[in-house]
Amino acid sequence: MAAPRDKFGRPIVVVTGMGVMTSLGAGKTDNWAKLTAGQSGIRTVTRFPIDGLKSTMAGTIDFVKVEPFSSTGLTERLADLAAEEALEQSAIGSKGDFPGPLFLAVAPVETEWPQRVEVGRAVGKQDFDYNEILRICGGGRFAQLHHRFMFGSVASYLAEKFGTKGSPISLSTACASGATAIQLGVEAIRRGEADAALCVATDGSVNPEAMVRFSLLSALSTQNDPPQAASKPFSKNRDGFVMAEGAGALVLESYDAAIARGAPILGVVAGCGELTDSFHRTRSSPDGKPIIGCVLKTLDDAGMVPEDIDHINAHGTATPENDKMEYLAISTVFGDRARTIPVSSNKSMVGHTISAAGAVEAIFSLLTLEHQRIPPTINYEIPDPAIPFDVVPNKARDARVTAVMSNSFGFGGQNASLILTREPA
Amino acid sequence: MTGPKQAWITGIGIVSSLGEGLDAHWDALNAGRINVDEKRFAPYIVHPLAPVSFDAQIPKKGDQRQMEGWQRIGTYAAGLALDSAGVKGNKEILGRMDMIVAAGGGERDVAVDMAILNAYLKGNPAPGFLNERLMNDLRPTLFLAQLSNLLAGNIAIVHGVSGTSRTFMGEEASSIDAARIALARIASGQSDIALVGAAYNGERPDLLILFECGDFNLTGQFAPVWARDKRSGFCLGSAGVFLVIESETHAKARGARPYARLTNVVADLAQRKQAGAVTRSLEALWSKLGKLGDNDPIITGATGIEPVTSEEKAFLSQHAGSAVRATGTLFGHTIETQFPLGLALASLAISRGALFPPNDPTGLELEMSAPPTQIVVVGAGHWQGEGMALVEAVS
Repeated sequence: MAAPRDKFGRPIVVVTGMGVMTSLGAGKTDNWAKLTAGQSGIRTVTRFPIDGLKSTMAGTIDFVKVEPFSSTGLTERLADLAAEEALEQSAIGSKGDFPGPLFLAVAPVETEWPQRVEVGRAVGKQDFDYNEILRICGGGRFAQLHHRFMFGSVASYLAEKFGTKGSPISLSTACASGATAIQLGVEAIRRGEADAALCVATDGSVNPEAMVRFSLLSALSTQNDPPQAASKPFSKNRDGFVMAEGAGALVLESYDAAIARGAPILGVVAGCGELTDSFHRTRSSPDGKPIIGCVLKTLDDAGMVPEDIDHINAHGTATPENDKMEYLAISTVFGDRARTIPVSSNKSMVGHTISAAGAVEAIFSLLTLEHQRIPPTINYEIPDPAIPFDVVPNKARDARVTAVMSNSFGFGGQNASLILTREPA
Repeated sequence: MTGPKQAWITGIGIVSSLGEGLDAHWDALNAGRINVDEKRFAPYIVHPLAPVSFDAQIPKKGDQRQMEGWQRIGTYAAGLALDSAGVKGNKEILGRMDMIVAAGGGERDVAVDMAILNAYLKGNPAPGFLNERLMNDLRPTLFLAQLSNLLAGNIAIVHGVSGTSRTFMGEEASSIDAARIALARIASGQSDIALVGAAYNGERPDLLILFECGDFNLTGQFAPVWARDKRSGFCLGSAGVFLVIESETHAKARGARPYARLTNVVADLAQRKQAGAVTRSLEALWSKLGKLGDNDPIITGATGIEPVTSEEKAFLSQHAGSAVRATGTLFGHTIETQFPLGLALASLAISRGALFPPNDPTGLELEMSAPPTQIVVVGAGHWQGEGMALVEAVS
């Protein structure tokens, strides 16, 4: 019997395990209940002082403790927890022996201020320069800082713990990173290199400098009070995104491999696509062509047409620019259906989980397919007349959903989209 | 079913401490020239970037201002590679070209950091002290010069490479994987042409500090990597290297000539807590490369860090007839850029019909007079990650 393949003759890629962490909670069950109840995970930051910041709220994950604290340490722990949940559901391989590669979307790593201060304090005098730091930082006293702040450190920890095979890939495509991690897994399975891939995306980087950096680019909402209402995707009074932490993990397998071991099939990654925008470092090309091209490439990759898609899990960051451009792209590709197809933004509730967003939202899309219920876009009180989407305002909605498109667009012209379906086409 | 497609290296862009472009590098390698600066960051040693006119590949000053050093180096090298492949400005090809960049990032404004740090440590800083200083002192555009994926972003903006764009991170291994994935995509028909590479600015105090925390910096007097077993360490180097890799079919259709064929790239992550793990990892990778000759030359990115360099020497001793060349001696350690650098030099040597001479007083590097038809490129990261590639002459 011929192996089941997609319409292009490639192995079908299915999802057999999912794990998710957001500011709403740990795990799929808790997240889904709160997401469909329209709850927000955004709160005023308590992890560090907020004095002097223009934006003071975020979707921090404060219920996971990391000692000594660093954003990279939290990033690693969130990935660990999400991957554990995904692997438990998938029941693939055995403990510490995952039969495939790791693709990890992770925030870029660098030395953080608490550690910089710790090393600076060790100089033991005032008005020092970097040479004096260099004189005291060797000898093993701060060896763990080298390890912690290597870009590959999170992936190597996960690879060792879960026993993934080969060289783990850490990647960043900014806000599209999570989608890219899934895409790399899909491609490896389609090439026949692997029967399974562990795709993880994680971001625990709510710290003062990260918030300041986005703030200086005027990307963050400053509607601090109440924090739960700050993230307003597609609303006329939207004013930026809300930084957030999160992680998503997916076990991808070839359909054959999953069936052969009787694994749960949670959904299908039917298509993925990407197209780079070379217009500007932070802004989309005004004609929207790269985003439109990204959406079209993804439909092509899935062998589908716009009519086949019945829900869009939007990038929907709530920046004035993104939401406008996303409408332009969707309305160009979907025509009149852009006004009727349900388009919701999870970021209204969990904020923008940056490097994790593509995977977190892919998981929410798969849960939408499983439960046949679309999470709302909350904080939608003042519609933007220029964006006449059906945003599933404020209340979740039962609906027949067979195929979801999940979009991710990021700084540096990074555009990536996924199409997720319940059953193989 | 057709077999995997052959992949050719049709473009090479290189800028380093030894200059820019293929001819300058070939001359420097054959003259045994090494460019180190033992004074600027003394007692640390760096291989500083040779003088470069960035205008030649990044014509808009506004673009240059938006970048920090590593991005300028990389965007420049990417332009050289596109020129070398003859695809510069070819919108049709650039619009569907894959790009996989291996990047670090986080280039800091050290003056700002030191001013904030000193002020912070002077007294009892108010709760909002750090926030206020960062809000006031950080340049808004600095963030974009720090984000790892913004080297790719700048290459897209300046050169119009705009098919796919992926940035891999994770030190030395990230560029091995970049080459591995680019080749896999081309071999399987997922892509026709890719721009792959990395860039590193080794002249950064913040990086010296990070590596000093792990005792990785060589201090005092420069020594070739094979002569550092008693004085472990690397000298950071500045370099940008990009390659254009494309399917043979695609190259032939547009009349492009190959420097060499990229036949295979393999990688692994040894658990280095076990002694000898790197030796075993490299031996296992060697056996996966494909059909090798008896004494194929080896270009390695060995770091001079112990014990990994000694473990690599144990692997090399199993191939004692091979002529070995260490890029770490010649260019310093360029982290993400070291593996593409090895690929570039292997392609260059094959295309010029000669391996460049040894530069090693310990005698590990043998002379080789015959034209190389196969070269194995080896990379073992300073703290993790191993990989190998087979570069061959196109017959």
